Amino acid sequence: MANATMGAEIRLEATGQVARRQRASRWSRWILFGFAMIGVVALFLLTVITIMEGGSRLSWDLIQNYPSRFAERAGLRSSLIGSAWVMSITMGLVVPIAIGTAIWIEEFAPRNRLIDLIKLNLANLAGVPSIIYGVLGLAVFVRFMSLGPSIIAGALTLFLMILPMTVIASQEAIRQVPASVRQGSLALGATKLQTVWHHVLPGALPGMITGVILAVARAAGETAALIMIGAFTFISFDNSSIFDQFTTMPIQIYNWTTRPQQDFRANAAAGIIVLMAIVLTFNLAAAVLRERFRRN
Amino acid sequence: MQGTVDDEGAAMMAALSDRPSKRLGEKIVVAVLFLAAAVSIFTTFAIVTVLVTETVPFFQHVSFREFFFTTDWQPLFRPVSFGIWELIAGTLNIVLWSMVFALPVALAAAVYLSEYAHHRTRSILKPLLEALASIPTVVYAYFALTFVTPNVLKPLLGDGISIFNALGASIVMAIMLIPTIASISEDAMSAVPRELREGAYGLGATRLEVASRVVLPAALSGVIASVLLAIARVVGETMIVAVAAGSTPNLTLDPTASVQTMTGFMLQVGLGDAARGGVEYQSLFAVGLMLFLITLFFNIAANWFVRRFREVYV
Repeated sequence: MANATMGAEIRLEATGQVARRQRASRWSRWILFGFAMIGVVALFLLTVITIMEGGSRLSWDLIQNYPSRFAERAGLRSSLIGSAWVMSITMGLVVPIAIGTAIWIEEFAPRNRLIDLIKLNLANLAGVPSIIYGVLGLAVFVRFMSLGPSIIAGALTLFLMILPMTVIASQEAIRQVPASVRQGSLALGATKLQTVWHHVLPGALPGMITGVILAVARAAGETAALIMIGAFTFISFDNSSIFDQFTTMPIQIYNWTTRPQQDFRANAAAGIIVLMAIVLTFNLAAAVLRERFRRN
Repeated sequence: MQGTVDDEGAAMMAALSDRPSKRLGEKIVVAVLFLAAAVSIFTTFAIVTVLVTETVPFFQHVSFREFFFTTDWQPLFRPVSFGIWELIAGTLNIVLWSMVFALPVALAAAVYLSEYAHHRTRSILKPLLEALASIPTVVYAYFALTFVTPNVLKPLLGDGISIFNALGASIVMAIMLIPTIASISEDAMSAVPRELREGAYGLGATRLEVASRVVLPAALSGVIASVLLAIARVVGETMIVAVAAGSTPNLTLDPTASVQTMTGFMLQVGLGDAARGGVEYQSLFAVGLMLFLITLFFNIAANWFVRRFREVYV
């Protein structure tokens, strides 16, 4: 710092000191930009390689066929159906409970030690590794409640896994609703619940939906937790009940990835293209919704 | 102006909303909402209960001494042996090397986005980097096993490197961590008041000097928080290490070695059909408890640092 001040007074260009510092600063822009681009290049490589490896395997047969010992006949049918079942139930569970939790915390909870504890608990739950949720699901839903490695056990496990992040996103959405909206409603004689139902909830809804979509996208790509509850199985029928055994797309991709034959690797890449298309659609929907919400 | 109106409003609202609700219906709804909130309390309670109740019988078969003070992890083949350190070393190996790659890349990206980028560059670059966070981990696992190891590491390091190795998993893990570290660090850097930057510029500092000697130190607690959160994620990440790092417990920090992490072992048990009540099944919960405590420690530490930078500047 002393150098910098002196530089301004006695014009250090003569010795090249200031010029050197400015040159370093100019170069740093490009060096930092280069580092920042590493992530983008990785994203690009990942996309290109997956499409090159799996593009040729992408076909209606891949979607329609059951898994098979023969790579060229193996397909995603049972895992797509399994994913759809698990995701629908997970979403059906997480929407009311996450939103209910967020409303209670933000609007009704007494401001005391207990609520601080509940918030801290949520933040920590959000950081618990997914495989631990798998162990929880295995012990509680599969074994203790005797649900077996069923769709409902998987959905309950994923529901608990994404609940904390969904609650936190919903809380943020509720906090975005201006206090004046609540004050106006209360001043006109509405009860607390009427205020929440007619004014806070509609205002917070887009933010809540965004949070739910992102969380469900996370659940759609989850592998480890579902393997733990026993979803790494060979399924060659269409699921028709929540007590059926099941498998999901990420697990099918895992299965194909870990096989040594090159043909199965191509299947894995094709499966990744399908999974990424679904996950990116979810993420895009959330981004569009968030943009539109921000503009209004 | 706005502030005082809001303060009065807040006081009024508190008075209005503290009126006891006369309708029974409202009380029932509030009770139902409370039940929803209780689910997350129940979850924590269930996680701790499940892990502890299965770990206790594990330690009736295996001594504390063996678990914590021997280094051979071999639960599936006779003679069985349960020294946790090989698994912890495996996890540590991946944490060490993924941080070596992720830290410079992600921090440089954060500094660039916060201090250098024009807002148009930023509006393109930031979503692209954040897209990395939405990719399922099984996809990263595929990338590590079928591209990074055979097409990058084999040509560079020769055939000496096994197809299952810590390095491939760590490199891919580092890519996955870029958005985690970069976005929290960038938030912390953006929260540094403009006056600090302008003061430094006024004294003749260059942009690089402002970024490295003013903004970075001022945002340090946020940067530390992002790194701690990233470590917690690496420790808990399963698919990448299970697919790409191998399944050989190995007491080494050598990145070219094949290693098994705590999570890798847990998935291995999950893939098989461990008989209920067997020591092998119980070891799943003992390792799970260790994993839970380690990630909890890093998460609590990270939250502490996050709160600190929020208190200082926001």
